[in-house]
Formats: sequence, C-alpha cells, structure tokens
Amino acid sequence: MRMLPVLFRLAWRYLWRNHRRTLIMVGAITVGAWAMIFMTSLTRGMVDQMVRDGISVLPGHVQVHNPAYLDDPSIANRLPYTDAELRQMFTDDEFRAWASRVRVPAVVSSERESRGVTLLGIDPEPERGFSFVDYDAVEGRFLDGPDDSGIVIGKELADTLETGVGKRIVLMSQDPDNEIADRGFRIVGLFTANMPNFEKSYVFIGKHTAQKMLRMGDTTTEAVFLGDDYRNVEPTWERVSAAVDGGVVVSRWYEIDTYLGAMLKVMDGFVLVWVVVIFLALSFGLVNTLVMAVFERIREIGLMLALGMKPSSILGQIVIESMLLLLVGLTIGNLLAWATVVPLEGGIDISVVAKGMEMFGAGSVLYPKLYLGDVILADVVVLILGFLASLSPAWRASRYEPVEAITKVE
Amino acid sequence: MAAVRCVDLCKTYRQGDQDIKALDHVSIEIESGGFVCLSAPSGGGKTTLLNAIGGLDIPDSGEVWVAGQRIDQMSKGQLADLRLANIGFVFQAYNLIPVLTARENVEFVMQVQGVPAAERRGKAVAILDEVGLRGLEDRRPAEMSGGQQQRVAVARAIVSKPALVLADEPTANLDSKTSDGLMELFTELNEHHNTTFVIATHDQRVMAFARRVVHMLDGRIVDDVEQNAA
Repeated sequence: MRMLPVLFRLAWRYLWRNHRRTLIMVGAITVGAWAMIFMTSLTRGMVDQMVRDGISVLPGHVQVHNPAYLDDPSIANRLPYTDAELRQMFTDDEFRAWASRVRVPAVVSSERESRGVTLLGIDPEPERGFSFVDYDAVEGRFLDGPDDSGIVIGKELADTLETGVGKRIVLMSQDPDNEIADRGFRIVGLFTANMPNFEKSYVFIGKHTAQKMLRMGDTTTEAVFLGDDYRNVEPTWERVSAAVDGGVVVSRWYEIDTYLGAMLKVMDGFVLVWVVVIFLALSFGLVNTLVMAVFERIREIGLMLALGMKPSSILGQIVIESMLLLLVGLTIGNLLAWATVVPLEGGIDISVVAKGMEMFGAGSVLYPKLYLGDVILADVVVLILGFLASLSPAWRASRYEPVEAITKVE
Repeated sequence: MAAVRCVDLCKTYRQGDQDIKALDHVSIEIESGGFVCLSAPSGGGKTTLLNAIGGLDIPDSGEVWVAGQRIDQMSKGQLADLRLANIGFVFQAYNLIPVLTARENVEFVMQVQGVPAAERRGKAVAILDEVGLRGLEDRRPAEMSGGQQQRVAVARAIVSKPALVLADEPTANLDSKTSDGLMELFTELNEHHNTTFVIATHDQRVMAFARRVVHMLDGRIVDDVEQNAA
C-alpha cells in the first residue's frame, strides 16, 4: 500500500510524457464511452416506452384474474369477487393506483363496418394515472364516470368504421349465460395513442354500464395494481397475493405479456454485448498505447528495478497507467453522454420510421433514458476489461532483468 | 565482517557465435568501510563484477555475499529488498527517471523504502544542497546538464546512507572540477559514515581517491593494490 502514491505519481506523469498519444487515446475512449452510454440510453428509452405502453394497455404491474381467464378472456371467467369485496380487500393508499375493470372481447358495428375489439368497462377516475389514453387529449370528451352511457373509441377505429363523435354504434358481446349481450352507444370521444394499433383495438365504456349490459352484477374480470417501478413489482405482488385466496391467480405484468418480459431481458443482454463490442475496438488502441509506453522506457524500468522497486510494483505502475487513461476517457465520455442525452429526454420524433418501429411495439417518439445503473455497468465493464487487457504489457514490463533493461539500446 | 565477498565467480556472455568470459574465476573480499576502485579497460569485466555484487546480474557459478547474505541464489523480490535496504547505485548514464524532478528522483528510493514525506523531503533538499544543486530541486532531468544529472544520481545513491555504494564510471560525464568534488563527497561519506564504496572506473583521477585499486583484464583480477588515498 505504501507504494501506491509513488506508483500513481509515476503512472500519471508517464501518461502525459507523450501527451499527443495520450490525448488521442483519451479521445477514443471518450467517444467509445459516449457511444456506449448514448446507444444504451436510446435502447433503454425504447424498451421503457414499449414496456410502459404495454403496461398501460394490460394495464398495471400486477393483476388478479380468474385462473381460466388468461386462456379464455370471456365473461364466464370473471373474478369470484364483487367490487364491494375488492374494496374491502385493498385500500387506495397501499398502491400507486389500483382499479377493477371489465375486459372482454366484443364486436363493434357502425352502419358501414364491423370490427372485433377489446371492450374495457372502467371507472375512469382510478385509471387516470396509468391509462394509455390521455383523457384531456380526447376529441370530444372522455367518460365522466362508471355510469356514463357513452362510448370512447380510438381515432383509427372511427376512421375504419367511418363514424365520429355524436354518432351511434352497436357493441355486441356475450353474457355469463353465453347469450348475446348488445347495446347501442353514442360516441362521446375519440382517443389517440402512441401506438396506432391501440386506437384500432380498444373501446371504453363505463364500468357499471358494462356490468349492466353484460348482466354480470357487481363483478369484474380483472383487478389491476400499479407499484412504484415496473422493474420491481415484487412488493406489490406480495401484498396482493396475501390478500386474495386460492380461487384467483395473481400475475406480474411480464407473466401476462411474456413478449415484453423477454424483450426486457434481451435488451439487458444487448446492452452488455454492445458495451463489450465497443470495448474490443478500444482495446487494440489501449494495448498498443501501453506496449509503446513500456517499450520507450525499458531502461527506466530497469533503473527502477535496480534501485529496489519490485517487479510487482512495475506491473502495478503499468496497470494504474491503463486505469488512469480509462478513467479520464470514461469521465469525459460520461459527461458528454449526460450532456447529449438529458436535452433529448423530452423525446426524439422518429415518426419517419414509426411504422417500422410499431412492429416492435414502439411508438413514434423515442425518449432516451439515462440510467445510473447502465452508466456504472458500462464503466465497470470497461475498467475490468481494460485491467485484463493491460496485464500482458504490464507483465512483460515486470519481467525485465534490470541489467538487460538498463543497457537496452533503442 | 566483509561488506562484499565474491568466491570463484564466472560469467560468460554469448555474443554472436562467440562466448565472452566476462568473469573468469574471480574472487574478491571487500571490508566494510572500504574504498575500492575496479579498474579495467573496456570489456575487462569491471561492470559485470559490479552488477554481480549489486544483484543485478546472476553469475553462472560462484558465490556472492553482501552484508553477510548470499545473494546469488536469491529471488528477484529478495534482491530488490536487499538493494533497497543496503545498496546505492550510480550508473554511467540514464541514471534518472525523466518524469520526476531532481528532488523527486532523490526521494524515489526513500519513498519506496516508506520514509515519511516530510522526512524524505528534508533529506532530499539537504543532500541536493550538499552536492551543489541548491535551487535546481524542481527541475526535471531534461532541464539539467549531464554533470548536474550525475550529481542528482549520486545524491539519490547516498541520501539514505546505504552500507554499500556501487558506482559505474560515476565521473564519465563530468568535468574535472565536478569530478573532484564528487570524489571528495564519496570520501567524506566513506570516512564519516563508514559507507563502503566500490567504483568501476578507468579514470586515474578517481583511482587516486581510492585506498585499494583492483585491476582486471579479460574477466580476471590481475592486480590488487593497497594505496594511500589522495
């Protein structure tokens, strides 16, 4: 340990002995670090948006269903609890938000067209915070409450049905006895969504209105719960699981939408691969710099060994030099990444390629997201790999015989 | 106890197709507090003997004893410890670490030894003053003349008062006045601190300061003369 100050001093001074070479290498590391973090933030932003959009449609981090509902989402497989019972089991202050809703397949018809949709019977107020629909941006109005007799559909669906606000459409589904349950609704609002597909697939009516239409009493098909972080849903899952009995299944969001769950894991792996690939490109420059730095001071290494410095200290000196080089480059790269990502967090319009992105479940605006964990991951991976890459030149330097090194002719 | 004892040392180098006998059955004993010059023409074996004594080069056969320890069988780490604790080196050229200032070069060995910062700084400034380099403490080697650099190297070699100083042509790059000043400094350290000096040289002026001159030729000791120092 007592050698560390002198090793740091020597490493730092030697680093700037050939400042042009060092600056070029620092520049390369800076650009590499920036690219790692910037690309990661774009990827994270995209995945984040996909997951958030996905969760807003599911919606919620944790859901409670009748066990048969997940395979057959029909009214027959509704929850065994009434709304009143659910309100006794869960209170508002336990979760960021929670709601129960009716969600069944249905057919919607205008005078011109018919389409298969997902009918959502909701109480709009509890869902305001996590719905994929911005209530205030609805053309016309959104539902007033669970007893609202109107219907809100997506703009794309309205275009398909060739209808609009103020016109009537018919909604048809099945009641618990498998009898046709249908009713005419007046369109009170048209919503827009990040994902055009959502606009085609979902229609909203009041929860009580849905319960009456489907003749299901005070029951619903699902209860949804929102925690603080979609990446950490365990506390919410545990709380909900503790409150219900064995007659229902409590699912985390990634168990319901396995595609989204798998995507999240794939992206974690992708980030790591991306960091390693960039580093491999950098490592050639790093090793070359260190080899040159060692080669041009063989005699000085011989002198240090002759004066009583141990081979391990020579090895340490070269490794520290490598680490300092990386730290300087990473620090500047991190700052540069922060300076470029933060101004873009408001969103990048990628509507030019939105159709293609939609295939992956992403919207037309990309919100880059800078996570401290990703920055730390990139930096730690680079430092560990940089340490390993520097071992070879450092080992060679420490193996010199003092007398041979001192008499080395350049 | 002898400061240095070499017994039947042999060392052969391969140069092209030829084997060069740098040391050919050399035996020598140097008393503690001795002031010895190894004199030989180029290729005579004096630097090889000096390197063997300093543990910088391992002989093919024979024994090397320094400060009562046999060093020719020591590991690299043990040799580094021995050099750090007991031996000061002055080489002919490329003596200094170019990225450190004169004071930092002098402090280098003490820093590796673990001497506290304030103590080593005080000692370094004092010894630089003693070798006539006051005011040049913060200069880097590239900003000093060859003679000034050599004096920094001498200051570094003697600052921690090693029992043995090995100097290879220490005056090769110095003018006669600086050379005399350096030898007087060596003599003073030898007399006042009982530091043993072994100096490889073919400079007659340097030899005049030694109490013992060992002449070598083709890797063998051919003459060993006690004399009255200047």
